[in-house]
Amino acid sequence: MSEAELKTLETAFEQKIQDDVRIEPKDWMPEKYRKTHIRQISQHAHSEIVGMLPEGNWITRAPSLRRKVALLAKVQDEAGHGLYLYSACETLGISRDELLEQLHKGTAKYSSIFNYPTLTWADIGAIGWLVDGAAIINQVPLMNTSYGPYARAMVRVCKEESFHQRQGFEIMMKLAKGTSEQKEMAQDALNRWWWPSIMMFGPTDAESIHTAQSMKWKLKRKTNDELRQQFIDQTVPQADLIGLSVPDADLKWNEERQSYDFGPIDWDEFWQVVKGHGPCNKQRINTRVAAYENGKWVRDGAMAHAAKKEVRKAV
Amino acid sequence: MDNSWPIWEVFIRSKNGLEHRHCGSIHAADEKMALENARDVYTRRMEGVSIWVVESKYITASNPENNGELFEPAQDKVYRHPTFYNLPDEVKHM
Ligand SMILES: [Fe+2]
Ligand SMILES: [Fe+2]
Repeated sequence: MSEAELKTLETAFEQKIQDDVRIEPKDWMPEKYRKTHIRQISQHAHSEIVGMLPEGNWITRAPSLRRKVALLAKVQDEAGHGLYLYSACETLGISRDELLEQLHKGTAKYSSIFNYPTLTWADIGAIGWLVDGAAIINQVPLMNTSYGPYARAMVRVCKEESFHQRQGFEIMMKLAKGTSEQKEMAQDALNRWWWPSIMMFGPTDAESIHTAQSMKWKLKRKTNDELRQQFIDQTVPQADLIGLSVPDADLKWNEERQSYDFGPIDWDEFWQVVKGHGPCNKQRINTRVAAYENGKWVRDGAMAHAAKKEVRKAV
Repeated sequence: MDNSWPIWEVFIRSKNGLEHRHCGSIHAADEKMALENARDVYTRRMEGVSIWVVESKYITASNPENNGELFEPAQDKVYRHPTFYNLPDEVKHM
């Protein structure tokens, strides 16, 4: 293809995106668009799958049957989200095996939040309330993103998320109203999960390398800082309502901005965890790799069985 | 050896009276597992009353590069639409 032809294709492509015409798998797209989408969608899928691990830790220890069925259903949903997203990502011409290999080798990332441990039952409340809450804020704008299969997967995901956040908030609410030990447990979980949740929106706009391009392709509709502010403004009154305090001494309502001012974020911690030095990075990947390797005989067996049936059918 | 499970496209009828609609794909070793996986992945909240699965390699898709020759000829066939025909105002319900 000549440079001029490429330019024409690119211009037509950018115009389509500007006009809100969705890009579908077989449509022409710039290589950079394809690569960026593979990176973002797979990272999103991996986050859903790895995200099952900290919560899975508490399924057998849920304090009641009601809590247990809810948590089980939530974790199962996260598996579903991972699968919708892998499926969307594969339409860009990468195989499931390649995607998993990238996760297992550490060349693909997943959300750093899942590298923190779940120490008490209250952590399950904090995760649903804060982590799913932050995820919802990140995901809602993606229902209108430019790549069709990604946008459609996000519509499904968003429909399912709101119960996740509610079940988490309900757990926190109950603990906060309970005995002093229970309330302390809820407060401790909020103390540990607050800042990592704030960091889920990514680096500040000044530091973020992908924002401009992502905005153009509608992979992002608001900046990291805007989304973070939205999360804080929405969550602080919820904490107040159940009598828990947000662990930020600088947090203050700003009448002029009609928003909360908040204290400095420890970005060193953020980058440490991103680079693999969080409390559970190794454990999470080892668990995923072990699950994949231990499941190999099942995958092979199923294929052998399918092949045998094919042969019988042919006879 | 590449021994990974093939991809299947999943189509769901959300209720009787509506057509099956494509909703995504799954991996499975055979058609029985494909149906079971499609059920677990795409109908956890009563989204369907019927599922079709078909191995993706059996789907033939048109190429968007040919959209001009495929779909543009329909654009100048205005006489296929009722608004092309002029009727006297007295004629109602036609
Ligand atoms: Fe999710
Ligand atoms: Fe969730």
